Amino acid sequence: MTTSTVDRRAFLQVMALAGGGIAFGAFAPVERALAASPFLADPFTPSPFIRITADGVITIIAKNPEEGQGVRQSLPMIIAEELDVDWAQVTVVQADSDESKYGVQLAGGSLSTPMNFDQHRKVGAAARAMLIAAAAKTWGVPASECTTRSAAVLHAATSRRASYASLAATAATMPAPALDSVPLKDPATYRLLGTRVPGLDNRKIVTGKPLFGIDVMVPGMLHAVFEKCPVFGGKVVSANLDHVRKLPGVTHAFVVNGVGTALDGLMPGVAVVADTWYNANNARQQLQVTWDEGATAQQSSMWFSQRAHELAGKAPDRVVRKDGDVDAAFASAAKVVEAEYFYPFISHATLEPQNCTAHVVNGKAEIWATTQTPQQGRDLVAKSLGLAPADITIHLVRIGGGFGRRLKNDYMVEAAWLSKEVGRPVKLVWTREDDMRHGHYRQAGYHFLKGAVDAQGKVTAWRDRSVLEAMRVGEYPGRFIPNYLLELSNLPHGIPTGALRAPGSNGIAFVIQSFIDELAHAAGKDPLQFRLDLLSPAVTAVQGDSFDGARMRGVLELVREKSGWGKRTLAKGRGLGVAFHFSHRGYFAEVVEASVSAAGVVTVHKVWVAGDVGSVITNPSGAENQCQGACIDGVSAALGQEITIDRGRVVQGNFDRYPLLRMARAFPVEVHFLRSANPPTGMGEPALPPVIPALTNAIFAATGKRIRSLPIGNQLA
Amino acid sequence: MPVSLRINGKPTTVDVPPDMPLLWVLRDTLDLKGTKFGCGIAQCGACTVHLAGVPVRSCSIPISAVAGQSITTIEGLSRDGSHPVQRAWEAIDVPQCGYCQAGQLMVAASLLKTKKNPTDADIDAAMGNICRCGTYNRIREAIHKAAAMSATASATSRDDDGEA
Repeated sequence: MTTSTVDRRAFLQVMALAGGGIAFGAFAPVERALAASPFLADPFTPSPFIRITADGVITIIAKNPEEGQGVRQSLPMIIAEELDVDWAQVTVVQADSDESKYGVQLAGGSLSTPMNFDQHRKVGAAARAMLIAAAAKTWGVPASECTTRSAAVLHAATSRRASYASLAATAATMPAPALDSVPLKDPATYRLLGTRVPGLDNRKIVTGKPLFGIDVMVPGMLHAVFEKCPVFGGKVVSANLDHVRKLPGVTHAFVVNGVGTALDGLMPGVAVVADTWYNANNARQQLQVTWDEGATAQQSSMWFSQRAHELAGKAPDRVVRKDGDVDAAFASAAKVVEAEYFYPFISHATLEPQNCTAHVVNGKAEIWATTQTPQQGRDLVAKSLGLAPADITIHLVRIGGGFGRRLKNDYMVEAAWLSKEVGRPVKLVWTREDDMRHGHYRQAGYHFLKGAVDAQGKVTAWRDRSVLEAMRVGEYPGRFIPNYLLELSNLPHGIPTGALRAPGSNGIAFVIQSFIDELAHAAGKDPLQFRLDLLSPAVTAVQGDSFDGARMRGVLELVREKSGWGKRTLAKGRGLGVAFHFSHRGYFAEVVEASVSAAGVVTVHKVWVAGDVGSVITNPSGAENQCQGACIDGVSAALGQEITIDRGRVVQGNFDRYPLLRMARAFPVEVHFLRSANPPTGMGEPALPPVIPALTNAIFAATGKRIRSLPIGNQLA
Repeated sequence: MPVSLRINGKPTTVDVPPDMPLLWVLRDTLDLKGTKFGCGIAQCGACTVHLAGVPVRSCSIPISAVAGQSITTIEGLSRDGSHPVQRAWEAIDVPQCGYCQAGQLMVAASLLKTKKNPTDADIDAAMGNICRCGTYNRIREAIHKAAAMSATASATSRDDDGEA
C-alpha cells in the first residue's frame, strides 16, 4: 500500500480523477486545467472510484471524510476486495466533495459502512468483470473460464496471465455490466476484508507531516481569530476596532453581523486578521466588545434543573409511546421503584480545535475543511455568502477528531466570510476556549422513572417521564414490557446542541440500563440474568429504530462468557457491572470491573466488549480501536465531564476544568465480535453507550452506591 | 527580536516577538507543522517537543526563554521515521485521528531514554498527554514494543540533534 510512490504522470491523473485537490498531503492550489483536460485513452476508469493505468497504478478513491474512524482504509478495502487486487498494489486518494461523482459524502451516524458496503462491492466487481471480459476477448476464450488474483486475470487451461495494467486499454472499451446483477464474491473467499489493515496515514502521522486542517497552507494566506458573544446568540454593539487595527501584524479587524439566527450558521462576532495566528490572537487580547447578550443571558444550569422538576410534576407535552396500563400495574405490583436521573451538557472537545482555510474570490470559493458534512457545509456557505453551490470547491482534509462536532459547519462559513471580506485566503483557527464555549453540546437530559416488578421478579411496568431529551418511540425497553409509558416534556433553551458520538443513546443508555439494574436488585435477581429474562427473542426488529431481542441476547451471552460473569471471585472492593444498548444498527453488551477507593476515587480495572455489527468486520484493527476508544471516551465523560451554563455562558473553557481521561486512568478493553448473518454496519458509535451504565452498575456492585447523576465527580467521596 | 537556537540539529535564527510561544514559531515561522496546537495552556501535550532532550509543552514557552537551546520536534525524532517508537506506533496501528500522536511519541521517546524497559507504572507516570480518541491501550503496547525493539536493535536511532 502506498500513497507516495506514484510517478508524476500518475499523480497528475490521480489529481484529475479526484477533481483536483489535495492528494499526498500537498496543499498546493488546485491545478484546475488538469481537471478539465481530456483523459488519455489508455487508463481504465470504470467508475469515479477506480482508475487503472497501463503503467500499473491502481487508484481507489476514499470518498468520506476521515476523522479517525478509519474509513480512509475500510471503504477502499471493500472495492479492492471485489476488484481482486492486493492492498499493497493500491493507491488510495482522498476525494474532494463532489456528490455528482461519489454520492453522499458523510462521516456521521456510523453510516459509512451500511451506506456504502454493497455499493462499493458492486463497483469493484463491475470493474473486475470488465477486466475479465478484456482478457477473454484478447485470448479468444470464454470469460467464464477466467479467474483473477492480485490484479491479474488468469486462464488456467492455457496457463495464461495478464496484469490489469496490460488489460486497462481494452477493458476501457468493454461494456459496463449492470451493477445490480454483477456477480459478487462469496464472502467466505475474502482475502482482504477481515484482515488487519493499518491506517494509511500512519507514517505521516508518526513523522509529523502536514496532514490536518490546521496544517493547511495556501500562498498569500492570512490568519484569523473570531470572537463571538460569550452568551449564545448575542450580537455586537460596538468594538474598539481602531485600536486593534494598529496592533502588530494586524491587517484587518471588523464586525461580522451574522446571517440569520441559527446557532449553527454564521453568528455575529468580531474578526481579527493578521500576518500570523500569534499576532491575530495576541491582538484579540486587547479587543473590547460591547455585546447585546440577548435572552439566553437569563438561562443557567440551576434554572434548567428547576424547570425540569416543575415540568416533571405537570402533564407531559407529548406521549411518545403507551402500551398497556402502567398505573394499574403499579397498583398491583409487588415492588415499585422510583428514581430520578440526570446527564449534563457535554462538549465534543475534539483535540484539533475547529479551523478552516478558505479562499473566496470573484464569486468562487475554495475551502479546505475538516468537516463531517461537506455537502451541508457547501450549502451553508452558498446560502450565507450568496454563492452558487457549483462555485464552491471543498477539499476534505484529515480531521483531528470529530465525534459529531464537525457535522456542523459554523467554522467553515466563518472562514469563508472572512476571506470574502479581506479578499485573500484566510485560515481561521479557534482557540480551545472558543471551541469549548461555542460548541453544539450533547443535549442534557432529566428522566423521572417509575418501575414495577411482580412477586416472581418479573418487570410489569415502566414509566419514563423525560425532560429535554427527544426519546425515540422504539427505545428499549419499549415492546419488552407489557405496561410501558414514555412521556416527554420540552424545555426550550438557547444553548446550541448537536449530535455527539452515539447521540441520544450516550445519555439514554445510562438512564435505562441503570434503572434496569435497580429493578434487578429490587427483584433479587442477578443483573445479567435479569436482562436476559427481559430480552424476549420473540421481539424482533421492525422498521425504524427498534432492535432484535435475539441478537441482543447473543452479545449479552457472549460478554457473560468472556468476562467470567458469575464465575470469578473478585478482589475485595471490586464490582462487576453489565449493560447493553442498541444504536446505529449495532448491538453491544459490555461488562466493567471497577473499584472505588476510600477517598471515593473510581478505578476501572477492565472492560469486556461484545458486539454484533453483522457478518463482516471489514478491518478488525480499526474496529477494535474504535471499541477501545469508545469505552475510554464513555468512561472519560462519565467520570468528570460537564458543561455548565451561567447566565447564558459556558463556564468551562479548557481541559483544566473539563478533564479528559489520561493514561494513568486508562484500562484494558477486551473486544469480541459475534459475526451474525446480517449486513455489516458501522463501528464509530455503538460501542460507547453501554460502557457508562456498565461502569455505574459496577460501582453499585462494589459499593452499594447508585450513581443517578453524571458526571460521577466527587459523589463517592 | 532575533533569537538563535538549534532546531532538529540545525542552527536557526528567527526574528519574532520575544513572547511568541515556541509552538507558533515552529508551526508558522518555521513551517514545522508536526507539533500541534491543542489547548494553549500546557494541559493536553499535543505540542510536546524536546528541550535539551527533555519533553516540554511548547505552547507555553516563549521563544525568548529557549534562546541558544536545542529543540527536537517530531520532524527531527529520526531522519526517516525509523525511531523505535515511530516503528512501534506503525506496527501496532496506534492512531485513530492521529492529532495527539506526535506529542505522545515525543514523550514516549523521552521515557525510553531514561527507562530502557519501562513498566506499566512508569508509562502511567510519564505519559500524561491527552488522547481524545482513547488509544491508550495501543500507546502502552507500542511503548513496550519499542522498548523490545531497542533492546534487540544492533544500532540505535539517534535524534538529529544528537541527544539520543
